[in-house]
Amino acid sequence: MKCRTCRNPAIIDLPRHNANFCAEHLLQLCRRQVEKAIHDHQMFEPTDHLLVAVSGGKDSLAVWDILRELGYRTTGLYIALGIGEYSHESQTFAEDFAARRGLPLVIESLRDDHGFDVPTAARATGRVPCSACGMSKRHIFDRVARDGGYDAVVTGHNLDDEAAVLFGNALRWDVEYLARQLPLLPARGGFPRKAKPLVRLTERETAAWCIVRGIDYIVDECPMAAGNKHLAYKQALNLIEEESPGAKATYYLGFLERMAPLLSGSSARRADELASCVRCGSPTGAEVATDGSTVCAFCRLSEKARGHEPVPVEMLMSKSARRAAAKEARG
Amino acid sequence: MRVLLRNPRREITIDGRRRVHALLNELGLSREAHLVIRNGELVPGDGELNADDEIEIRPVISGG
Ligand code: SF4
Ligand SMILES: [Zn+2]
Ligand SMILES: [Zn+2]
Repeated sequence: MKCRTCRNPAIIDLPRHNANFCAEHLLQLCRRQVEKAIHDHQMFEPTDHLLVAVSGGKDSLAVWDILRELGYRTTGLYIALGIGEYSHESQTFAEDFAARRGLPLVIESLRDDHGFDVPTAARATGRVPCSACGMSKRHIFDRVARDGGYDAVVTGHNLDDEAAVLFGNALRWDVEYLARQLPLLPARGGFPRKAKPLVRLTERETAAWCIVRGIDYIVDECPMAAGNKHLAYKQALNLIEEESPGAKATYYLGFLERMAPLLSGSSARRADELASCVRCGSPTGAEVATDGSTVCAFCRLSEKARGHEPVPVEMLMSKSARRAAAKEARG
Repeated sequence: MRVLLRNPRREITIDGRRRVHALLNELGLSREAHLVIRNGELVPGDGELNADDEIEIRPVISGG
């Protein structure tokens, strides 16, 4: 196999481009796709200060690496979620990446700064861990961005993530979610601008970026993820992709081009309907209580979770995930 | 060859040589969801893996 661009030996085959690439030209392709996403969706101004949400995984480290290479001013934000060993390890990857490149990294801990962690919040509220986790992360991204005066929050969502979410939303015909599933959400009512520069890259491509660039990231899966729908949707889409290469990109990018414009305006709550949380001051769409006060969803979650005794991560893992972890520990 | 698999982490041994695509098919692993790494470098789909290679098959799907 030869590189499509330079005819040197290829290191990767990308069926959706019907081509193979050497290391140098794989990186070029990734960079150009990110530049195109930034340009097409008018994500950033050259002088913007970007807050990059980093998890220690391949996507968030890749997006941080690429934005830094493109010359943007970036600061990382890592949130310690308290998901056992997985959280410790992923924090180390995020810290090492930042230290090696001399990039600033802000760390916020759910346990130290808010008095709870994801497993405990899930147990205390009876929600699935990913729901408590996602809500906490969004709240903290927003708050740190607001307090720190950042111009935008950047996340590492890739084409596979977005196609899987689109698939789920379309299975339910959830028009409100569909209308908001965009790579760029402008700032509104105290919420920061949010951008997803990797939406034109598959996860195979973002992983390849990290491997070629020598970026170590956490390969192990979050123990709470096992059996979630998001993974099942990704697998289903990959089956289709193998039969017809490029299907995922056509599906998602076609949605952005032809369907999303038809849905604009269906996005529910407008900025003027938001109130301020009486506890933390964040803008919130939560109901106003009878005494006239409004408490945001995160503050309600943390109140419940703080009062609950700490729940170890193992208690929330599925039986099969526990067996796998025990096996791994035995070596 | 020695093959390291992840999630969960485990190692298997495969006798003889293989092309990357053939090995993934044999193990029932999606090409779209994996990369093959030898000595820190990617090996493309038609790349030949030798009997004495040590490789990692790295899944690239994440579920968060
Ligand atoms: S898989 Fe769920 S619990 Fe784990 S980090 Fe992702 S959102 Fe949080
Ligand atoms: Zn090349
Ligand atoms: Zn609040």
